[in-house]
Parts: sequence; C-alpha cells; structure tokens
Amino acid sequence: MKNKYRDKFPAKNPDGTNQIDLNSHKFIKVWQGPNHPGITGNMSLELILQGDEVMDCKTHVGYLHRGFEKLMERRRFIQCFPICVRIAVPEPDFNEYCLSSTFEELAGIEIPEAAKWMRTLLLEMTRLASFLMWIGGQSAAFGLGVIAQWGNYARDLMLDRFEEISGGRIYHMHMIPGGVRGLTPDGFEKRMEDNLREIEEIMSDIDKTLFNNAIFKKRSVGLGYIDPEIVDKYGVTGPNARAAGIPKDVRKDYPYLVYDKLDFDVITGKDSDAFTRADIRRKEILTSIDLIRQIMTRMPKTGDFIAKMPNVLHWKIPKNETYIRAECTRGEFGYYTVTDGSKYPRRINVRGPSYTHAVALMEKLAIDVNIADVAGLMVSLHTYPPEIER
Amino acid sequence: MKELIKRLEQNFQISNIVWQRENEVFLTVEKTDAVPLITQLNHYESFTHLVIMTAVDWLEAGKFQLTYLLNNNEIKADIGIRVLLDREKAEMKSIHHLWVTAATYQRELHEMFGIDFPGSPRVDEPFILEGWQEIPPYRRDFDTKKYSEKTYFPRPGRSTNDPQEYMKKKLYPEESE
Repeated sequence: MKNKYRDKFPAKNPDGTNQIDLNSHKFIKVWQGPNHPGITGNMSLELILQGDEVMDCKTHVGYLHRGFEKLMERRRFIQCFPICVRIAVPEPDFNEYCLSSTFEELAGIEIPEAAKWMRTLLLEMTRLASFLMWIGGQSAAFGLGVIAQWGNYARDLMLDRFEEISGGRIYHMHMIPGGVRGLTPDGFEKRMEDNLREIEEIMSDIDKTLFNNAIFKKRSVGLGYIDPEIVDKYGVTGPNARAAGIPKDVRKDYPYLVYDKLDFDVITGKDSDAFTRADIRRKEILTSIDLIRQIMTRMPKTGDFIAKMPNVLHWKIPKNETYIRAECTRGEFGYYTVTDGSKYPRRINVRGPSYTHAVALMEKLAIDVNIADVAGLMVSLHTYPPEIER
Repeated sequence: MKELIKRLEQNFQISNIVWQRENEVFLTVEKTDAVPLITQLNHYESFTHLVIMTAVDWLEAGKFQLTYLLNNNEIKADIGIRVLLDREKAEMKSIHHLWVTAATYQRELHEMFGIDFPGSPRVDEPFILEGWQEIPPYRRDFDTKKYSEKTYFPRPGRSTNDPQEYMKKKLYPEESE
C-alpha cells in the first residue's frame, strides 16, 4: 500500500513522475526479469526503488522477438498459419480466427454455418483454458502456489479436449481459411460435460481459498487502480476496462461468428483494482463454461464445415485492406491485413492487448507500489509478451 | 457514418475512400491534414480509442503508408486513416499528446521502419532490437536471408550425419562393413 509520507520525497515532475537522481545514493535500480518467476513470459521491468517502493518503472521487451509479421510477408497465405499461432501461446485460436477471417473477407469467402459454431466453440474453450492458466499466475504471485496447480490441472482438462478435436494440445491450427478442419468427434459432448463439471468444482474450491483468502484480499484490494478516465488514453480493453465499470466487450459490441445467438451478459466491476479484475475473470470463467454448454447443445453435428476454396498454394487475394477484431481473455485482439494482389500478404499487423497493458499502463501503475506486489500487479493486467514484439 | 465522412471531406483533403464494411471505412488524407483530422475525430466525434497505428511499405511506389485505426464505441464504427510518406525522408508529426500509447507505437515504427516522429517520448531508444546496425528490418528491402547467412554460421568442429546410415552403422556394425 502507498506510504503516507510518500508525497514529501522524492519531488514530482510536472508530468507526475518522480524526480530521481541515482547519484544521490537514495535509490537503487533492480531488474525484475527476463528470468524471474514474477514476470509473465520473457520480458523485464527496470525498477528504481526507494526502500521497497517502486519510484520508476520501464518495460523492456525483445527477448523473444522472431519477427512473425515479417516472416508472414514472405509466406503464402496458407503458410502463415503455423507462424501466427505462436503470437499468443496460451490462446493461439484467436490468431487463427482473426487471420483466417481477414483472408476470407478480403477474398470474399463465406464460411458454412457449422464452421461458425465450431469456431465459436474453439474460441470459448481457449478463453476458458487461458483464464484457468491466469488463475495459476495470479495466485502464485501472491504466494498461493497450490491454487496455481489446481488451475493448471483444470486447464489440462481443456487441453485434452483440444487434443481430441485437433490433435494438438497447445497449437491447434484447427481454423483454416474457409472454415475448420473438422467437427467434434463421437462422444465429445459427454467428455466435455464431465470436464466442465470438474472445472466447476475446482472453481468453487478456488472461490473459497483464493477469493475469500485474507492474504489475497489484503494484498490485491486497492492494488493497481486504473482510473476510468485513462482507459481510452492508455488503450485499456477487456477485463481491465470492465473492472473500471466500462462495458467494453467485442463479443457484444461487434458480434462475430454466432455470438449474437448466444445468451450472456457483459460483466463489469466498480473498484478497478487487482481484486476486482480477478473477480471479473472468475465470473468470465463461469460465463465461458455456460457458453460452451449453450454451443454444444445448439451446434450442428453434421454438415459442411469448409467452404469451397481455390488451390491454397496458388491463392491470390485482390489488393485491399481490413481489420478484424475478437474478444480474447485480455481484451481486444485484432489483425490488420493488407494484400497487394499477389500470392503473399503485403503486411500483417497484430493488435495484442498486452501491447498497451504491459508497456504504457504497467509503467504508470507500478509507481508507488511495493516491490513485493509488482508481480501480482503485472499478472493482474494479464499480459503476454510475444504480442508486444511479434 | 456516411454523413460524418461527408463533413470531413469539406474540411480536409480526403481521397480513396473504401467502405470495407458498413461500420469500417478506410480513407487517405494529406500528410499536413492528418493530425488535425485525428484530433477532430478524437475531440469532437468520440473516436477515442486508438486501435492500431502501423506502417505498410510500398517499396515500388517509394512510399510508406501510415495507418491509424480509430474506433468509436458509441456508434460502433472504425475509421482507418492512411497517410502516405516519402520513403526517403519519412517523418510524421507525433500524436502522443492524444494517446499515451501512441508513443510506444511510434517508438516501434521508428525502429522497425525508420519513420521519425520528432518530439515523441523515448522515440530514439531501442524498443526491441539492441545495437542494430542494419537498415530498419521491417522495410521491404531488408533481406532477412542474406542477414541470417551473414550473421549466423555453422559452428566449426560440428559434423552432421544421415540418420539412417548413422544408426545402421551404430547398431549393426557387421552388416554395414
């Protein structure tokens, strides 16, 4: 929590940052990351401390830059799919969906109804898996390591279902231009329902042990307050914006696939701190479970799942540009694709929510936070570094 | 939305309007008009969310296309603003005073495309690449294959074997002789 004497020293700059002179011997510089359990993925925070409080924070990325966007400019359209999934590892399906949708829109291809339902199912499954992994990060950042293992076990149940559908546990590549590679196998609904029930039981345990835990509450309530006024200025989306009371949800605002046929509410909070964000994500998990059940009941079990496509190895898309967005677990995820009439994309640009959350927003929120809470704050923003450097 | 574009056309030099969807339009604006247009959209037309800011390299035409995608969540609409810059002297006014996150986008564009944004915070600091000596890597004329051949090379003292032959020799030495 903020030190009550903090406003006396150090003095503030006009832009609200602290005046720091490292030669005064009153400050110490500490690097948190790139190899640190309290960092999400491979990035680092350059922290300047006074005592145990953060006076200044700078985000450094570039530890896993592989130039995905540049690589895709040198690949044919279909060859982009094994690359794009690497941009957000815990939820690769959003990359597949956004990329294939931009190609389909630019080439004027309409996908079959069954493929739309299947894509929605995959997106909700990946949202559920990613949120369950986030629970692990959030609880472990506050020293509750056992809950992290429960979360990861629950995520593994979802990965089993992904493996059953696509053959891959982490990277599925099940959505391809024109539709999907297949519908659900026989007996899938039963196995999925068993998994969902088990996840609900685990979630009820997590509710008791994490959300009613005095340590978690004491450390997360009031941590990392995001003022609703700065939401647009800092490009905040997803649960981070909804915790500030702003009902932004791409699934409701710009319904894609079959989300307009599904029944769900946009969950918002009031307090805009780490605890509220965690609570919103807990409710999102329960919403995702409900949505998966709705989709499983209503989706067609047979029928066409891929549109008639030209030979994808010689596929040319006319010159044009478009942007497609989807609501991933962390906020607005989107692909801006430019084509030039050749067999290769001219430019593909990925909009990952972490780009704004982990750089400008994190640098602002970390100031005056205790060093021990930096990891918890970072996880409460739910960031994945590969989206930043792409 | 159509009325808004008509109003903008009266005040700014806009061309090449493409309606990608009913609520998504792309248009090209003169370089000098770009920041005033973006400011008007942000302050008076509720386009308060900067979705992306990126560049496209049209090497053949000698131009960079800067794309600003702005979103209005009240009327659920997007405007993509294209600005064409000369590749030789790529420079653009900064918009970090409108969105704090624009500084990060501009820092990345400076590093990856070599487009300068004078006055943008920390624009000259490396963002992803450290100690980069070559031309900005996201330009179309940067040859990734040539660069990797020059930078990375086989380590001396390493030899490679055909797996099938190698295992045959190892498991059944008599047969292979």
